[in-house]
This record gives sequence, C-alpha cells and structure tokens, in this order.
Amino acid sequence: MTTAALSSVPLSKAALFEAQAVKISARRNRLLSLPALLIIGIFGVLPLIIICVYSFLVAAPYGGVQWQFSTDAYLNFLFQRDIFDDTLQFTPDFLIIYLRSFLFAVVTTVICLLLGFPTAYFMATRPPAQRNWWVLLITIPFWSNLLVRTLAIMFIIRDEGLINNALIGLGVIDKPITMLYTNFAIQLGLLYAFLPFMVLPLYSSLEKLDFRLIEAAYDLYATRRQVLWRVIIPLSKPGIIAGCLLVFIPALGAYVTPLILGGGIHLMIGDLIAQQFGSGRNWPLGCAQALILMTAVLVALYFYVRNTSGKVQHG
Amino acid sequence: MAEPRVMDIKDQPGFRTIAIICLLVLYVPVLILMIFSLNSGSLVTHWEGVTLGWYGTAFLNEEFHAAARNTLIISVTATIVSTICATLAAIGMTRVKPWRGLAAAFMVINLPLMVPEIITAVATLSFFALIAGVFGLNFGIGNLILAHTVFCIPFAYMPIRARLEDMDLTLEYAAADLYATPWSAFRRITLPLLVPGIMSGAALAFIVSFDDFTITQLVAGPGQTTLPLYIWNQIRRPMTPEINAISTILLMVSILFVSVSFLIARRRAK
Repeated sequence: MTTAALSSVPLSKAALFEAQAVKISARRNRLLSLPALLIIGIFGVLPLIIICVYSFLVAAPYGGVQWQFSTDAYLNFLFQRDIFDDTLQFTPDFLIIYLRSFLFAVVTTVICLLLGFPTAYFMATRPPAQRNWWVLLITIPFWSNLLVRTLAIMFIIRDEGLINNALIGLGVIDKPITMLYTNFAIQLGLLYAFLPFMVLPLYSSLEKLDFRLIEAAYDLYATRRQVLWRVIIPLSKPGIIAGCLLVFIPALGAYVTPLILGGGIHLMIGDLIAQQFGSGRNWPLGCAQALILMTAVLVALYFYVRNTSGKVQHG
Repeated sequence: MAEPRVMDIKDQPGFRTIAIICLLVLYVPVLILMIFSLNSGSLVTHWEGVTLGWYGTAFLNEEFHAAARNTLIISVTATIVSTICATLAAIGMTRVKPWRGLAAAFMVINLPLMVPEIITAVATLSFFALIAGVFGLNFGIGNLILAHTVFCIPFAYMPIRARLEDMDLTLEYAAADLYATPWSAFRRITLPLLVPGIMSGAALAFIVSFDDFTITQLVAGPGQTTLPLYIWNQIRRPMTPEINAISTILLMVSILFVSVSFLIARRRAK
C-alpha cells in the first residue's frame, strides 16, 4: 500500500504510526543488525558448535584434539576405563563435583533471596531521592571487578586475616580458625559475589508495585505478615524468578570464586572444565563437561520462559 | 498531647536492618582492601602506618605498565567496535517493520549474557586453536579483542535499545513530514537524542571488558597479560600491599564508569 492510498482512508492511530515508521525507516534498516550478528555468530555461536564437535573427538596428548570419532568424553563423565581389561567402572568423581556445584548454587540463590528481598523492598519504599542513592550503591558492586571483590573476601578470612586477628586479639581463640580453602569460603564468596544480582531485578519489579493494593489489604484487616505473603510476594513473582535465575546460572558455572577461595582443593564445575584445558590436557572431556553444564543452564532458562510467558507483564 | 502513631503501610518489620546489613556486607571487605593499600608495612594483613608508596611502586613497575597497556588496547578497541555494532543493531531492530527472524536475531545478540563465562572461555579457546591449526591464523592480541567484542555487544546494546524505545517518535515523523531524507532525519534528530544511550552503553562495554578475567585467562597467549591477569599472577606469590593498590585502581575505574553510566541514565529519566 502506498502512502497516498493510506492517507485517503481513515486509519487507526496505531496503523498510522506504523505506516509513518515504514516511511522514515527504510526496509533496509534491518541490514544494520548484520555486523553485530556476524561478530557474535562467528566468534560466539560458531565456537559453541565447535565444542559440540570436539566433545566427540579424541584428546591429543599435549592438548587439542585428534580427528577421530569417540564418545569417550561422555562415558568418562560417569565411568573410568580400566587400563587392564578395558571394562568400564562407575566413577562418580565428576558427578559429585556437579552435584556439589548445584548445591552451592541452590544455597547461594536461597540465601541471596532471603537477604535480597527485604533489601530490595526497603529500597523501593524509600523516597525517590534516597532510592537513587541506594540503587547506585547496589549497582557499583554489581559492576565491580569480581576478581578484586573475591580477593577482598580472601584477605578477611585468611589465617592471618582480619577476622582471625581480631578474634585472637580479643582472646576468643588462640589458634586461627581455618576458613580459606574450605567449602565455607566458597559459599561465602558466592553469596558476596551474586547478592547484587538478586537485589537489582527484585528492586525493578518492586518499584512498580501498586501500593494501593497493600492499603486495600490492610482495609480488609490483613496483618503485616499476610500483606507480605499474600500481596507483596505474589505481585513480585516475575522479579523473584528473574533474580533467582541471575544468581543461579552464574553461581552454577562460577570459576573465579572457587579458584581463589577453594584453592584448587574444593572444585566446582567451572574449575573442572578449565582444568581439562590446562593441566588435564583432555579437551574433549572439557567440552563434554561444558555442554553438560550448558544443558543445565538451558533447563533453568526453559523453566524461566515457561513461568513468565503467557502472563501479563506488570508495568 | 500524644499524637497517635500513624502506621506506615509500606513498612515491614526488620527489612531496614537487613538492607543495612547487606550494604555493610557488600562494602566492608572492599573498603578494608582499599585501606590496606595505604599500609606502610609490607604485609597485607598487618597495619603499620599510612603511605602512598605502594601506588608509586605499582606505577614504576614495568609488568604493571605492560598489563595496563594491554588492558587499554583491548578494552578501548572492543568498546568502540561493540558500541558501533550495538548502535547499528539497535536501530536495525527497532526502527523497522518487524521482520522474520527478528526474535532469533534478538536471541543471538543476547546469547553471550546467557552462556556461562567459563563455557564461552573454553569455546573461544577451542575456536582460536582450531583456526590457528587449520588456517595458520593467529591474530595475536586481536584474539582477545574479538573475544571481548562478542560479550561487550549485548551490554552496549541494552541501554541503546532502551533509549530508542523510549524516544518520542513524533519528532522523527515531523522530520519526515518536512521532507528530511531518512539519513538526515537520523543524523539530525535520532542520533543526537540517542547519544546518552550510546555513552551509557559504551561505559558498560568498557567496564565488562576492562574487568574480564575468566575469558581473558583462557584465551590469552604469552605476553598478553591484562590487569586482572596481572593481579591473579601476583596472588600466587608472597603478597605486598602493591596488590591492594592495583586492586584499588581497578575498583576506582569501575566505580567511575558505573557512576557515569548511572548519572546519564538518571538524567534521562527526569
């Protein structure tokens, strides 16, 4: 339809807008997305396809791969081939690391939610000027260097770190409590790393909360507790799901935190994968492990999409 | 005469305390790390007095220079390339009639945000190893620039797209009505209005590139040490407050760029 034809018929406002939009932005505008799509396609998507292929090859002795089909990488995930009689034996070592990481990620998500929800709610109920400061204060750690932030935790919990020095100084203990390179250290580091990832999406959902609904609930004799559980929390469900996902996914694949605070003793999936590309010199195994992690992430994303789509988005 | 206490309907008991605890938990460890960069003793844990000497030591350190140079080359190039690509893509995906594959394109742009960093890292490593093996191609530090550009694009894209979507389209229509060509309407109307979004996006792209450790560590070849890698190398040696000084510098850069991006976004909201 040409513009001349359009102007002769009465149009809905929306249709008119669309006609205008077509006029000012030529069809070829879509080609503008090409450079970004090409860069991500070649250097982001293609590498993912390559590791799919690599996971079905044989490891070369000094790193890299030999072009020979094999499903050993996936078998190795659960089994170890006996050197003498070539039978497969069930070895749950990798599985245990995956389950450990899953547990770490779940605990991190739950505690971040328990701390993050009240924080985000408190922020959302501040006067606007104060709210901006709170958002900035949570945004700064969100974008700060994770390596440096993890290092800060390490300084505090070391044997000769601040906590131990203080406790010894106060005479509470006489020998330092070992905290670094323990599961506790990793858990603490994960919480510290991902807390802002929970608060920000929760905040943006709570900020749009219609407080008249809370007023209505109180008018109908709801208690504070009922208002929280029956009104506020159900209304902020999209934010809760988004926050949990933003914490769970990076926590599951965490690399820096266990590397520094676990000291290579307590591994998580991230270290395990990196190890196969370093000292392990088994790239196919590393690729297979990465793809198993990717599958877990996709399952989480699938639940997210299923839980959020088909519902009216608030705001 | 006692006034009856009015209940604030928004309050929930204990939430203020938890919020303050969260803030303390987030800031105290980092502040301690920063304070110890001023320690005149050579131990990272024992306080002796105030000095700026460790910053001097860092600035005179050749390895630190090399790492800072690499970091700047990589993050500045990646920021420029990714911001240009993200701007074009944001226009190509908002100022058009919905095209087939638009949803898929949107997913591709956001892909680097969804894939765990460690997977991106090993995938990129495998990719560059493959093209080095098959075609004999090695872009040197270009490998890192390309890897960074990929994950910088979605970060630059988000604020630019948000800005394009918030923009009042009537101005563009008015320009078109007044016989502006699409190009001049873009250059004179859309682009100036888009500048804050572009700057905000560029700031975010710069931070994520500047701070990246995981992907850089796995992809970097010899002599391609960046500042986060330099810190990692230092952790494994006996530590001096020099590492606190360098960490503080990195944190300051992040804080500066976050604040800039944040202020631009705030001004827009007013």
